[in-house]
Amino acid sequence: MNKCEKQCGRLCCTKIENLTIKDRNTSILEKINLHLHCGELTAIIGPNGAGKSTLLKSIIGERKYSGSLEFIGESGNKRPVIGYVPQHLSFDGDSPISVSDLFLSCLKSAPVCFVHSKDKRKEIISALKKVNAENIIDRKLSQLSGGELQRVFLGLALMPVPNLLLLDEPVSGVDKNGIELFWKILSDLRKNYDLSIIIISHNFSQVLNYADRVVLLDKKIIANGTPKQVFSGNGFKELFGAGEVI
Amino acid sequence: MTYALNAWYSFLDLLPFQWTSYIFMKNALLAVLLVTPILGLLGTMIVNNKMSFFSDALGHSALTGVGLGVLFGMRNTDISMVLFAVIFAIGIVFIKHNQKSAMDTTIGVFSSTAVALGIVLLSGGGFNKYSNLLIGDLLSITGSEIIMLFGLLIVVILAWAMMFNTLLIVSANPTFAISRGISTRATDIVFTTLIALVVTLSIKWVGLLIINSLFILPAAASRMLSQNMRQYTIISVAISLVCGVVGLFTAYYLNTSAGATIALYCAAVYFIVLVFLRKI
Repeated sequence: MNKCEKQCGRLCCTKIENLTIKDRNTSILEKINLHLHCGELTAIIGPNGAGKSTLLKSIIGERKYSGSLEFIGESGNKRPVIGYVPQHLSFDGDSPISVSDLFLSCLKSAPVCFVHSKDKRKEIISALKKVNAENIIDRKLSQLSGGELQRVFLGLALMPVPNLLLLDEPVSGVDKNGIELFWKILSDLRKNYDLSIIIISHNFSQVLNYADRVVLLDKKIIANGTPKQVFSGNGFKELFGAGEVI
Repeated sequence: MTYALNAWYSFLDLLPFQWTSYIFMKNALLAVLLVTPILGLLGTMIVNNKMSFFSDALGHSALTGVGLGVLFGMRNTDISMVLFAVIFAIGIVFIKHNQKSAMDTTIGVFSSTAVALGIVLLSGGGFNKYSNLLIGDLLSITGSEIIMLFGLLIVVILAWAMMFNTLLIVSANPTFAISRGISTRATDIVFTTLIALVVTLSIKWVGLLIINSLFILPAAASRMLSQNMRQYTIISVAISLVCGVVGLFTAYYLNTSAGATIALYCAAVYFIVLVFLRKI
């Protein structure tokens, strides 16, 4: 058994221990302990203001915290490669950034205005294919629907394939078919790549169908377990009511 | 550099125009060819990153910088102006990253304080001799100042090449940028320092009331016409250059302020694009 398997029980994992965030005297997150395995899709649910987005931002490194956050992989403990799909994506109607511009800016160091590489274009198209968005490579971000934008950012979050894929309510404002398509893509990713997925979601029926683990958060962890365990627990019923998951 | 400058003068002497007999026009034309691409290039990034109010405030901070220079008896107030603008810019970035109040309010507070302080400091000995700062005088530029502008153009092009992609990612979503290992604070500090340098080093010729329009108008017009970042950049620089040259000659023949005339041409392009493309 190698080091990772000893510590994680799997090939890689992320350990969050006693993570606490305070804003002046107000507690935003209190002593969060989580152990996330690769190949797992973890959904974080909770009421508004529960600190869900803040937890993701602390994992990314945008918010300062006390406690420890450790990624254990095959090559030892290091900062994980993080893919992130933001919650609010809005671009002014005349924003000139195209899908191709956004991808190239992440892949190349030379200004995207000067990049003409056909190889890079092929690379971008194959990344967009993974998220069913290859036909919008030359569209402007400002012309895309909410669902298309989220898929573009998901495609980008997978270049390179991350150790941790974080999604902050990615399907808010997206139609029903778009939501189902998005979760299917996520579910396939978990099977095909060795990565941990953490998604903040209010779509309880999709969480029930696709997530391996659910964390109910309200400043601290109220419940942590399989979807069925969490949805049938008292903590969930107190926060959301008994008939919420269908 | 002096050799290149003389070559430029000799080249213009070959042209059959009356204005070529004035050395100040030869200098002013060269200055326009150097300054307008700088402003057009930086303007695209300022508009994309929603910092147009910020660059406007930086222009206003120049008044305070000069005022402080005068107060401390500095012979060359350009140095105090540049220093103050850089400190002002970095100060706003720190507040942006550490405070939750709306950014436009914070900038508004800083900007109006800087203007008030600048006017108080400068009006003691009569403000009139500093009114040039407000409007600028492109025709007063000297050969050595043009060489400095050439250096600034090189710095801006290098910084633009290094920061273009990073600023694009930050403009798309700051948290996403951080997830890709970009320090948004460091990016903001470098970019705002660059804007502070450009604003203060070109304000003498363009004027603090006008400078922001030369950043914003070409980029704003170009945004409406562009399908991607390449078109956005090229069209913005082209509008800046063409309006710069046409504006300079109009100002020469009408005897008006060159900076303001150039800005008016840029505004005309913006409104023409707005009317014809948007059919308002």
